Amino acid sequence: MTKIWILARLTFREAMRRRIVLTGLILGLLFLLVFSIGFHLIFVAMGEEVDPNGGALANIARNETSGFLLLAGLYAIAFLSVAMGALLGADTLAGEISSGSIQTIITKPLRRSDVVLGKWLGFAGLLGLYSLLMSGGTVLSVFLQTGFLPRHMLAGISLIYLEALLVMTVSLAGSSAMPALATGGMVFGLYGLAFLGGWIEQIGAMLNNQTAVRIGIVTSLISPTEVLWRRASFEMQSPLAGIMTMTPFSTVSVPSMLMVVYAILYLVVVLSMAVSTFQHRDI
Amino acid sequence: MSAAAIKTEQLRKVFGDRAAVKGLTLQVEQGEVFGFLGPNGAGKTTSMKMLLGLVEPTSGTASLLGMPIGHLATRAQIGFLPEHFRFQDWLTAREFLLLHGELLGMDSRDLRTRLEELLERVGLSAFRNKLLRTFSKGMLQRIGLAQALLNRPALVFLDEPTSGLDPVGRRLVRDIIHELKEQGTCVFLNSHLLSEIEVTCDRVAFIRHGEVIRVIELASLDQNLSLVTIRAAGLTPEALAGLAKWSQNIQADHGQLTMTIQKESDLPEITRYLVAQQAEVYALTPKRISLEEIFIQTVGEDGGL
Repeated sequence: MTKIWILARLTFREAMRRRIVLTGLILGLLFLLVFSIGFHLIFVAMGEEVDPNGGALANIARNETSGFLLLAGLYAIAFLSVAMGALLGADTLAGEISSGSIQTIITKPLRRSDVVLGKWLGFAGLLGLYSLLMSGGTVLSVFLQTGFLPRHMLAGISLIYLEALLVMTVSLAGSSAMPALATGGMVFGLYGLAFLGGWIEQIGAMLNNQTAVRIGIVTSLISPTEVLWRRASFEMQSPLAGIMTMTPFSTVSVPSMLMVVYAILYLVVVLSMAVSTFQHRDI
Repeated sequence: MSAAAIKTEQLRKVFGDRAAVKGLTLQVEQGEVFGFLGPNGAGKTTSMKMLLGLVEPTSGTASLLGMPIGHLATRAQIGFLPEHFRFQDWLTAREFLLLHGELLGMDSRDLRTRLEELLERVGLSAFRNKLLRTFSKGMLQRIGLAQALLNRPALVFLDEPTSGLDPVGRRLVRDIIHELKEQGTCVFLNSHLLSEIEVTCDRVAFIRHGEVIRVIELASLDQNLSLVTIRAAGLTPEALAGLAKWSQNIQADHGQLTMTIQKESDLPEITRYLVAQQAEVYALTPKRISLEEIFIQTVGEDGGL
């Protein structure tokens, strides 16, 4: 356990030293700035059209707009977190195997699984901080400007984090067996597949086409990333938005909690695959 | 009687349809400095990697310090400097050694004194807080060596430890190997530099196609096998034939004779014999057979390709 902890700390420190965190943070702040300004401009423009003393209906309009824009922002953050997870995981084992820097590590008195789990833990910490900072910043920006808070905010943010975590785990598993570029290709391919499947399922649900819905569910089983976003957006969107609109940021066909449990199991299985592949890998 | 430092029995590794190591059977005793020689592609690095648990053997068995390879606790007594040493270059020299000491499970206080001692020994004390990224190849090799010695190992694997070093650095490595030997540490040395092997090793194994084809004791090189070149005129064919008493391997060429002899003490006798045979001896030059000559004799001119 101590060895896992040493390696998790090392992974964390590596990300700090190699300016991965710094770059992510600077771009993240830029994102939050652009989001806040954009939100402000739209909200002011809305305010001129909607009478501030217009009573309940005007309030509903304001809240719906805030909710919609907030979900758009969080959607972008979910994607950034996923990209971060994919990139962190893709190069780590593959890169260290090809450079040889892993040789002096795995000849020490530790299990190879300690290396995989330590890295996973380090990245999970980094992604957690990143997701929390970015999602929290976006929610805070909207709250400060309008006083609006999404429903089930914590559940939503946790699901966004889980999505990034899942992608990072798949990426780490790929990296335990393949070169970094192949891993990156695989991870984004799976992500794209899930994205497409999600849309097919949504449109299918609108048109009451069960076959399309089933195709969506199957792709979600193969790659349960998009489904986590859809559950997250369901948790956070107002019930009204769910009925009225269909945008990438809201959801018609709601993934069940069973799907979330499935995604967690998927993560555990992929992580143990990463461990067992790396266990027998010739370095 | 303590267990052998390294013992392998028909250790074999197949990559696809190519056997990188056919069947390595080897025994290295504790406290010995052992050279591992062979042409490129002979399976030296793969063999070393199997011993270190980096590569899984296809078949065969091996043990280090009496425990089967892969035994975790034994690894705490082993040091390793890889051939293509690449380290966490975003760490400073001191942080790098701290990390490896922690992974070895060393006591924190012991680790701190030990790492200063080693930084001093490899001449990098002044660079302790510099990032490895800024190090030259030779400096990286020195810090890598320090890393391999942190735990005062009973067995050290050095894969081409002098490849990136200038003459001063090579001298340092040689001195460190001598110190290790004095402390009773077993050193397993994989090197192309035969001159290095010659001055540091007790025994040498020659490898070809992943098999040990010969093991020699280097101490025996000094006394036993030597080559002598004789420049003499007026040698009769009979006199030449009489030299067969001392050597089976004589080459005569325009008054110049080259022969291998078994022991240096044969030389005075040969001189007396030649003079008695009325030959005019101008020069008699004994030459020790170098490791290089044995290497080429053993693995062949083609290098076993």
